[in-house]
Parts: sequence; C-alpha cells; structure tokens
Amino acid sequence: MSSPTSTPGGCKRGRNTNPATPSSEGPTSPPSQRRRGQDSSTGDLMPMPTSPATDILSPAAPQDTSLFSSPRPSVQPNEVDMSSPLMYGTPSSRVEGTPRSGVRGTPARQRPDLGSVRKAPQVDLHSEYFIFLRFLQRFIDPTSNEDENAGLDLNEPLYMQKLEEVVYLSVLNSAVVILLYIFCILMLISKIFFPQEVIPTFDMAVNELFFERFPDSILEFQIQVRPYNALKTRNMRSLNPEDIDQLITISGMVIRTSQLIPEMQEAFFQCQVCAYSTRVEVDRGRIAEPAVCRHCNTTHSLALVHNRSVFSDKQMVKIQESPEDMPAGQTPHTTIVYAHNDLVDKVQPGDRINITGIYRAVPMRVSPIQSNVKSVYKTHIDAIHFRKTDEKRLHGVDDDADQKLFTEDRVQTLKELAAKPDVYERLSSALAPSIYEHEDIKKGILLQLFGGSRKDFTQTGRGNFRAEVNILLCGDPGTSKSQLLQYVFNLVPRGQYTSGKGSSAVGLTAYVMKDPETRQLVLQTGALVLSDNGICCIDEFDKMSDSTRSVLHEVMEQQTLSIAKAGIICQLNARTAVLAAANPIESQWNPKKTTIENIQLPHTLLSRFDLIFLMLDPQDEAYDRRLAHHLVSLYYQSEEQMEEEFLDMAVLRDYIAYARTYINPRLSEEASQALIEAYVDMRKIGSGRGMVSAYPRQLESLIRLAEAHAKVRFSEKVETIDVEEAKRLHREALKQSATDPRTGFVDIAILTTGMSATARKRKEEAAQALKKLIQAKGKTPAMKYHQLLDDLRGQSETAITKELFDEALRALADEDYLTVTGKTVRLLA
Amino acid sequence: MFAASQSDPNSGWEAKAVEFFKDHLKEKDAPTSVPSLNDVPLHYLKPNSLVKFRCLIQDMFDPEFYMGVYETVDPATKAKVLRCGKYKDVTECGVSRVDFNSRNTVTAERQTFYCVPIPGENPWVKEISSLSRVVPSTSYAPTRQKRSYEEDDEMDDMDTQPQKQREPHPGMTQNVGHGNGDCKRQETEAPSSQTASTSHLDLNFPLPGEKGPSCLVKVYENWDNFKLNDTLEVYGILSVSPALSALADEKDASSSIMDPTESMETAEEQRVHCPPASLVPRLHMLHARPVSHNNPLLPSATLEDNSAFLSSTLSEMASVRAELLTYFTHILLGDALAAEYLILHLISNVYSRRDVLPLGKFTLNLSGCPTASYTERLYQIIQQLVPSSYYLGMSLQNMNQMRLVPKKDYVANRLASGVLQLARHTSLFLDEIQLEQGQLDTTGVRNVTALGNLITWQKVDYDFNYHQMEFPCNINVLIVSEGRSLLPSDCQIHLQSQVTPANMEEYLSSIHMHTQTSSQLNKFRIYLSVARLLDYNISDEMTKSVEDDFVDMRKDDPQSVSAEDLHRMLVVARLLSLSLGQTSLSRDSWLRAKHIDMLRRSRMEQHKCVNGNEP
Repeated sequence: MSSPTSTPGGCKRGRNTNPATPSSEGPTSPPSQRRRGQDSSTGDLMPMPTSPATDILSPAAPQDTSLFSSPRPSVQPNEVDMSSPLMYGTPSSRVEGTPRSGVRGTPARQRPDLGSVRKAPQVDLHSEYFIFLRFLQRFIDPTSNEDENAGLDLNEPLYMQKLEEVVYLSVLNSAVVILLYIFCILMLISKIFFPQEVIPTFDMAVNELFFERFPDSILEFQIQVRPYNALKTRNMRSLNPEDIDQLITISGMVIRTSQLIPEMQEAFFQCQVCAYSTRVEVDRGRIAEPAVCRHCNTTHSLALVHNRSVFSDKQMVKIQESPEDMPAGQTPHTTIVYAHNDLVDKVQPGDRINITGIYRAVPMRVSPIQSNVKSVYKTHIDAIHFRKTDEKRLHGVDDDADQKLFTEDRVQTLKELAAKPDVYERLSSALAPSIYEHEDIKKGILLQLFGGSRKDFTQTGRGNFRAEVNILLCGDPGTSKSQLLQYVFNLVPRGQYTSGKGSSAVGLTAYVMKDPETRQLVLQTGALVLSDNGICCIDEFDKMSDSTRSVLHEVMEQQTLSIAKAGIICQLNARTAVLAAANPIESQWNPKKTTIENIQLPHTLLSRFDLIFLMLDPQDEAYDRRLAHHLVSLYYQSEEQMEEEFLDMAVLRDYIAYARTYINPRLSEEASQALIEAYVDMRKIGSGRGMVSAYPRQLESLIRLAEAHAKVRFSEKVETIDVEEAKRLHREALKQSATDPRTGFVDIAILTTGMSATARKRKEEAAQALKKLIQAKGKTPAMKYHQLLDDLRGQSETAITKELFDEALRALADEDYLTVTGKTVRLLA
Repeated sequence: MFAASQSDPNSGWEAKAVEFFKDHLKEKDAPTSVPSLNDVPLHYLKPNSLVKFRCLIQDMFDPEFYMGVYETVDPATKAKVLRCGKYKDVTECGVSRVDFNSRNTVTAERQTFYCVPIPGENPWVKEISSLSRVVPSTSYAPTRQKRSYEEDDEMDDMDTQPQKQREPHPGMTQNVGHGNGDCKRQETEAPSSQTASTSHLDLNFPLPGEKGPSCLVKVYENWDNFKLNDTLEVYGILSVSPALSALADEKDASSSIMDPTESMETAEEQRVHCPPASLVPRLHMLHARPVSHNNPLLPSATLEDNSAFLSSTLSEMASVRAELLTYFTHILLGDALAAEYLILHLISNVYSRRDVLPLGKFTLNLSGCPTASYTERLYQIIQQLVPSSYYLGMSLQNMNQMRLVPKKDYVANRLASGVLQLARHTSLFLDEIQLEQGQLDTTGVRNVTALGNLITWQKVDYDFNYHQMEFPCNINVLIVSEGRSLLPSDCQIHLQSQVTPANMEEYLSSIHMHTQTSSQLNKFRIYLSVARLLDYNISDEMTKSVEDDFVDMRKDDPQSVSAEDLHRMLVVARLLSLSLGQTSLSRDSWLRAKHIDMLRRSRMEQHKCVNGNEP
C-alpha cells in the first residue's frame, strides 16, 4: 500500500473522495455506511456541519438551526465535504477557532483523535450543547473518592471546580483535559453513536463556559473533553461491525508501543529564489508540493523546511485481550490503537488498561494502479482516554481491578446460595471434587480463598495486619497435594504456581533485567509479587533452598517485599496468601516425630502458617472403600453426572470474587468475647503442664479464619458460629500438626520454637544429670567426650541419645560451665 | 460441484448455498470427489474451486471486517452493480470502481485461522490418502512434472536410516537435510525443491522439517466453536488471487518510502498475515468437519454411523491383537509383558478431564533399552503403525536449543509454533538415551518442565510473554530410557531382553529386515485406531467388585497399594478391555490388569534389588 490513503488519525479521511490523482479514487471512507444508515426516514441525509469547530462554535444559534432545518437534498455529501474547512485548523487558516480564542490567542486545533465528520447524525447538537453545559455547571460527583479529587469540595459542582483549578494553578500547559464520567443518559446514547459530532460540541461548551467565567485568562490550548467509561466496558471479542465509528471502552493489555511518529499536519515550503513561503496542509497523508512559486513564478523552486512545518505526535499501541476475558482454547485477539498528542507514551507494554476511543475501519487497497480493492478493512481505535487498571496496585488495594461486573441474575443466584444453611459445606465439597475426602483441608483452603478483612493500623504505627490465610499441607507423597494446589491455582484469577525445586529467590521476588527494546533496567516481578491479592501455590516447599525460603519470612507476615538490587531499592506489596505443600524428609511421614522433624522447616517459617494440615494415608478399611468408590466412579461416570453433583467451578469463582469484593465483615461484640475465651482456653490447656500452648499469632489466625467464615456466609458481621468454626478448624489443624508424638498432647511450642515442651524439659534434665556426673568426677579439668557419654548412659535410667547428649553439653556450655573442643570436654572456672 | 461454487455470487443465498454443500458432502462418496490440498500440488488446483484440506489450527488471527455487499460503478456508463464479497479476498470490479460511499455496503465480520497440515503425519498416511486423490479437471497440462509423493516417501525412507556420522540432531533423524545448530531459524528450510522457494518465509510448522501447504482459512460463522489445535477437514473455496501476492510484493519494495503511518504493521507482521497466495493459499470455509482420527484406512465418518465396519473390526480384534502382540514381543527383544504394555500405551486416550485431572492418559516409560540405534528402530516401527508421531531425541543440545513450547511473537503478531503444539492422538517418542552429561540452561530447564507438565497434566502452557496460557492436549508420550526416566510417567516397565548381549547386534539388524506385509500392517493400523475410539463403561457390579478388591489389597499390604495404584490399574483395565474390543469391564480383564500390574511391579522390585539406585 504505497498510497498512503489511510491516515487513521488523519482528519480528512473519508470526507473528500474526489481523487487527488486521477488514477486513484480514494477508498478512504470508513465503512460505516451500514444498513443502520438506511433507517433514517429522511432518505437523503442531511449534510453535517463537517467542521464543528467553525460552524457551531460561533454561538450564533440561527446558523445551527438553518443547517438542520434546510436539508439540501440535491447536494451530494462529497461535494459538501469538499467545501468544508480543513480539520486541522491552523492559526492562519482558521481565525475564528474557539470562541474568542482568536482574540486571546488560544489556538484551536482540531483533535486528531476524533477525526472527521462524515455524515449527518440524527442528533440535535444544539440541545446537546445546552444539556452538557447544564451538566457541567451542576454535576456533583456522588461517588467521588478522595484520591482523585483531592482538595475539591465534594458538595460543589465538580467540573466547575476543575475549571477554576485550571485558572489558578495552570495545572496543565499542553492540553487541558477534563475527564468526564459519562453520567447523563441522554448524552450517553448520542455520544456513543455519534462521538465525532458530539464530543466537539462538548469541547465547545467547556471552552465557552471557561471563557465566560474567566474572561481574562489565556490558555495556550483548548480545553478538551475526554469521556471515559462508555456505557460498559466491553470485551475486545465482542466488537463487531456495528461498533464502527462509535465510542467504545474496552479493556486489555498493552503488548507493544511504537516509536513516536511525528505526523506532519502542515508543510512549510520556501521558494529558493525569492524566499516566498507557503504552507500546504496535509491532504490524506500527502503533501502536494507546489510546482510553481506563486510569487516569482519560478518552477520547482520550493523546498520543504522541516522545522517550520507543523507536526503532531502519534503513536501506535497494540493491545491484547487480557487472559481473564478469553474463552478457553482460543488465542487472544489484538487491536491496534492510535494515541495522539498527549496520550502518546502514556502506556507501556505490560500495562493493563481500559481504553475509551472510537472504533474505526479503513479499507485496504491492493495497489494504486489497480482498481481492485482488497475487500477487507483495517480496524483500529483512536484513543480518547486511557485508564490503567493496575495503576494503584503498588500503592494500595485496587478495588477497580478486582471488581468483576456481576449481572443482577448472578448476584441473585449467589445470594440465594449464600442464604442456604449448608453453604459452607457445599462450597467446600465443590472444591476439587476429584480429590477425595480431606474435608477439613478443603474447608481450610476455602477460608483461605475468601481471606480475612483487611485492617489498617498505619496511623497508630502498627502497619497493616495480614488478612491472608497461609496454609501448609504436608504429608505422604501421592496424597494428591499437588493436585489440590493445581486446582486452587486454576480457580483463582491471580494465582501463581511454582515448585520449590524450580524456583529461586529472585524467581519468587523480583529481578532486574535490561529490557531488550528500550535498553533500560526494568524490574521483573516474580511469583510472589504477581500473586498480589491472589494465592501463591508453592509445591515441594521442603525442597526450596534456605535463601529462597528466607524471602518468605517478610512476605508471609508483613506482606511486603523489599528489594535492593542494581540501584533499585523498593518495597513492593505482596499481599498474597501462601498455599504450600511439603513432603516429609524421609519420604514417608514418621508419626513418631514432630512436624518440624518430619519436614525440616525452620520453625520461624512454620509459625507463619495459620493452618498446617497433615495429609496422611489413614489406612482404614471404610476409608479405603469410600476412596475406591470415589475413584472408580471418577472413571466411569459421565461428565454430566458429575456436574450435577457439584457446584460449577464458575459459580464458585464468582462466589469467591463477589465475597472478596463486597463483603467486609467486622467482629461483633459476642464474637470478640468468644475469641477472647477461645484464646484464654488455649493458653490454659498448656499452662496446666507448664507450657505455653498459644501465642498472639494464634489469636490473629483465629480472627482471620472467623472473618473468612463470615465472608462465606455473606455476612457483614462476624458472629459466634464463625468463631466456633474457626476454633474447630484451628484445633483440627493443630491436632494434626502440633501434637507432640511423645506425649500425645497438643503443643503449640512445637511450631513456635521448634521443640516441644517435653523435649525441652528432657534436655534440661539431661544437662543437670551431666552436670552432676561431672561434679561427681571431681577436679578433672578435661574429659573424653565418648567416655562422658558412656558414663552418662550408664547412670541414667532413660535412654540418652547422642543428640540429647550433645544438646545437654551445649546447654552447659551456654552456662559457661564447660567448653567442648573436638573430642575433649574442658571444665571452665 | 465446481460449477456450483463458481456460480454467480449474487445469485441465491448464503444459507442455502452452505446447506447445499453440506448436504452434498454428507453423501457417501462426495468427500472423496473433492480434491484435497494435502495431496494435490497447489498449481494443479483451479482457483475459486471447491477443495478440502485436512489441517490443524495453528494460530488464530484477529477477526477482520470485509465488505459483505458492495456496489461497483462503471465509470463510463455509471451503471451500478451490487456484488457480494463473501468467500472472496479481492473485490471484483473489472473496469468499474467500488463505490465506497454507497449506502448498500454491508460490513461483515469473519475470522482467519492459520492452518497447517497435521503435524507429524506419517508417510504411510499421506501415501494412502493420496492414492484416492482426485485429479481436478484442469484446463492446462502441467508442464513441470512434480516429484510425486511416492518418491518423497522413498526419500524419507532413505533419510530415516540411522546416520551415525551426524551429530545429534535437533529434530527427527529425518531432517538430515539441514545443518545443526541454529535450528530455529531454519525450521522450514527443508532441502527439498518443493520448499526451497519458501525459504525466506517461515511457514510456522510445529515440527521441524515438515512440508506441505499451510493455509489461511477464513471462517464465516460460528468461529467460537473452533479451538486452537483442533484438527479439521475444511471444505472451502480456494483463493489464490495474484492480487494478494502483488500486495505483498509491493509492500516489500516500497516499504522504505512508505508513509510512517502505513508501516504500523511491521514488515514481519505483513509477511505473516499476508503471505503470497501462491505459498499460503486462502481458503474460504463452507463447511468444516472435525477429524476424530487421521487414519485414512478408517471410514471418515464417526464409528457409530458405520456399524458394519465397526462390527467387522470388533470381531477380528482379538486375533489382530494376538498377532500384534507377537510382533511387538519380537521387536521388544522377546519381552511379552512389555509388548502388552506397549499396545495399551498406543491405544490410550485422554477421554475426559475432571477439574484439572486428565483421565485415561497412559504415559509409558520403557526403561532398559539397549542402544541408541535400537530406539531409533523402535520408533520407525511405531511410525509405521500410528497415523502421526514425532521423535524427540532428548539430547542436551536439543533440550537447550529447541523451542518446545509455542511462544507468541508480538513483532510478527503470531503464535510461533513449538514442537509440543501437536494434534491429539499424536505419539510423542522421547528418546532419553540420547541424553548425555552436561548442564541444562534456562531454556533446557523450561523445556524439561514443559515435558513434565505435558505428561502429568496433559497440558502445555503457551508462552504469551506477559502471561502464560494453558492449552489442554491429548498426546501419547512414550519415553525410552536406560534407567528410570527423569520425567514423570504413569507406568514404568523395565525391558527384559531375552537376547544375549553377544547376539544383540545381529538381532537388532534382523528386526528391521522383518517387515510385515502391508495388509498385515494395515490391519494393525486399523486395530490401533479403532481401539482408541471405542466407548467404554463399567457396570455397577464390576464397580463393586473393584472396590472390594481394592479394600482387600489395602488390607494385605497398605504400604504398597495407594490411590495412585488404583488410578493406574483402572486405566490399565480400561485399556486392556478396549484392546480386546470389549466396551465394558469384565471380571477377567480386571484380574488380568491386576496380574500384569503385579508382574510389572515384581520386575521393578527385582530390578531395584539389582541396581539399588532406584529412588
């Protein structure tokens, strides 16, 4: 396509079909002569004021009405277009631009993002104009949030204040942009269907209003209206020919941005002979070089002077469907977006954005010589507004990104489901139906999916409290731990799945690399950061290297990630729930050992898990039978049969998303009381035997679990039943993981200090015995290690292992009683 | 039929036309009378005629808007003609021009799929299907005699001879043609004359060394029903308008002087999305039939519709199975148990998925294979039996250099294919014997992970740079290795050779000589394909007895029998029943499944004792 006929952002595309060169008829009109156009009863469409900037800007209403009242049926639209002023008005060519701007020197420039007007809409622009004016003067944002409108009085009309801001602060000097949340229904409809006509009208209204109120101010540029959130955010996949030339908002992810393209709007030619200068406007992407100098009549003497020509910025942005919007088994679609002027370089590849713009289609031409045209259109979007959806993810909880739009019906079904008394059981059984039993584990994971309520204590200096529930599954190999993880990973929208063996510390956190295209250092985020507000599933947790694991300490309690590398020092949010699976160190779970001994994880890390479940093979006949039945039915039941039995995964997903977004339960009075009691009880259990069985961390876990359970019920209040279930689940998990194999008691100290209280007691006893033994030996300053061990063994009635002996020695060394060097034990003092 | 497709596009209409074709294609021999793009070289085919194409959807491009109806104006007479743009790439104007401002223009939407021939399709499939090829009525006699496919096959056979002097090669031993090293770039530069001209154009075949036409299929309706990697038989109108090529050429020539706004689409993207029509023809889809198997020996309709064929094969199944078992036993160095498992593996099929768990997969790890040349021979034999297969030598170089997982190329805006983008039922033969000591780099680790995921979950995570997307697949993976494979597998069996090491060389060379007669081969081929397609169920009675059995087994030895084992035994029992042509589980099959599983386990135990290095 050497003939540059399609200048998508170009203003004149489609208006002038008179061939510039006889051979090429410009196939330049967007294909919006759809059947829709035929609906108009007036037969021949009214020619539109093709350049609103001039025609309508003048507040002279009669001109407007004359346009609408006098259809000129004989005139072909093309010819009318011919006579219309150029869209890219320049100071010289269009004097009367914006109202009063000629006087004040605010240049009126046609917006490249809107393009041309080609046909008459059935819109009464005049009334639009006044409605919009009223809207501007009166609109008070009902849903205003502090962030965006900082410093504005929420009870005053929003946009009037913004205008004042423009004057007093001169916030923007390149282009003053008013972001407009589409509000008024009437405008909404007309704006979506005829954005090219309506938006300039709005521009006018704003400018006029501005100069009315602040007659003395001078603006370098026009104020522009940038609507966003057209009706609803649509999926890229649902765009169809009906949407051409209409205002749309779609979401997607930026995958590529082009270099900045200076698009020449006006060429400046100067005669080499007499220095006479002339300006030539771009005509459909072409500059017609004047052959003859009008001043001195020399032929071919004019040369282009680049730095006096006028250019506008343009950039191509490619966006791709976000992975959540895609149906399974299909590849994502991409769309080309053109950004103009100040929108250039607003987005980077990888950004998730909502873009509002006008959908365009341009025919493709096979060649300028052939009259045959490829019967395909090229489509793109002229961007009017970008909104990054993940903008705030680094700073705070982003409600927008997570906000899924639920239909009324859906909400109704979800609420009905929530009202059922057994919703908790239902949901937990819907979780990974192919995995048999492990009801409590599924319940634990269910609560993890919902998470607790977020509490902010930053003002009192305590920072954020963790709302995410962390769960560790440990147990025999082949007890479908990985499968459970895989299921959770597939269920949650922002989940990450890594294997402890394959991940490194940087893979989990972030690493700095040089971007191959921009050659800048960029921070590539790892699994933990990517799963912010989601769940990070880590398989083979025990196989992780220590350095990798140490990263998790900060993430699992503070929910942040501090990075200091390659000159980048920052703290990223990693509010992720961790679901980890670990295998016992001896490949088979040893019931005679504690959890710590079985999985060899540091207790500092273990104490950060709210629930630790053991997935053991119960080895019991009834269980086997049920398991066998479950598995066999898995293999012969048809898909439909299974689906009837369980809730749909999609329903579950929606249910969780809804609860996470809208439900934020608070503790009720009784619930707090119940929690306090529960905690005191837990402390009491241990105190009888001289050990501590609960720490504040456990209390926090209880609160989180209770809140999550309230969320499952869609309840805004945490009640006693929630606390009861939290207690039960916590006890179940404790019973499994924190039982001291020697005594059979639940001992939280195993998790918090890595050693059970009885073990500690035995260590002390051994140390005392050893001390006595040494003292009995009299004044021998040095002893043989082995002999001492044998002596102690001979003396003690309980079995003394070598480990125990070592620990006893260490304890005595700590008391500065003796030192151990190699195989000799020396007494001190 | 050709005449019908060429009839005036303005007449009659769309629904009726599509209906007409569908009806005709339902007739028994109608599909065979349509020339196939797979067999007939492009230049024999008449443009704008009806052709069929057996293919895999490799990539899905963005939907495009086209002029469904447009109006042309004759500049001389001002006569306006309304024309239809459906099933066409270029407007037909003659001397007249398209009136872009006509109010009669209707814009419609269509979707483009990039389709390639089914990857890994074995030579015998092509050979047999091309026997029934239709030579289309063409107006001209071909001046240049193309090399026939039969010759190609001979050539392939020559190529497949093990070539030890060559360095371990990325792809199959078949691609001896191109040099080692930079395999990614040269993927499509197969040495044959047929593809020589395409060397500058990467046709994006999943497997290196593939050849054949790829096609841009334009889909007009229900494109949401198609999924990536679906295998289809597309019936459509061939479009090779030179105007499309002109466009591409011109782009190349004038790209330097183009308006910058025009070059928004990069040259790469242009090349991918508008390749010359002579190399990548356009096919406007009228009708597409999902291909449940690509075995040309089977009737193309579903098995249910062909009860006569089904019953005749079913009755023969037991005897064919016995023959095949003997054959495999011979090949597997006299190991009957391994032969049994190989049959089960070859007919396995992921028939369902329960949330994330694929059911019915049966990845076999054949350990204890003697030498590299043996595994190559084994592959050749499998290649002769299954419709599509691929040999992946897991040499260090291959693992570190090959692109296994498809990756989105944002510059060209397409999905750059990888070896693991395979059609379902493809046999993937992983030769771990080729693995030598050394270090896997990042790509290598990723590749091995991808293989592991493929085996465990039967899915491949395609790399979309900013995120990954999961595509389910259904690939039979056979791993041959010396010891236990480093990859997971559903079932491992150690080969017990009945041949003394001294006679090994001799025996090995005799294997290849012992080729079967083609009628017997065909029997095997039909057998394997049919067994895979059969339905299967378990009666309530059997369910009960299986449950009882399991409980008993657990009672005897709770340590050695886990849920995992039951999973595997159920799959083995299923495959065993199917291999005998039984569509429901019988007591005998269940016992037999238990028995062979026990034999296999005891062999593993033995082996463990001998080796002592088993994890």
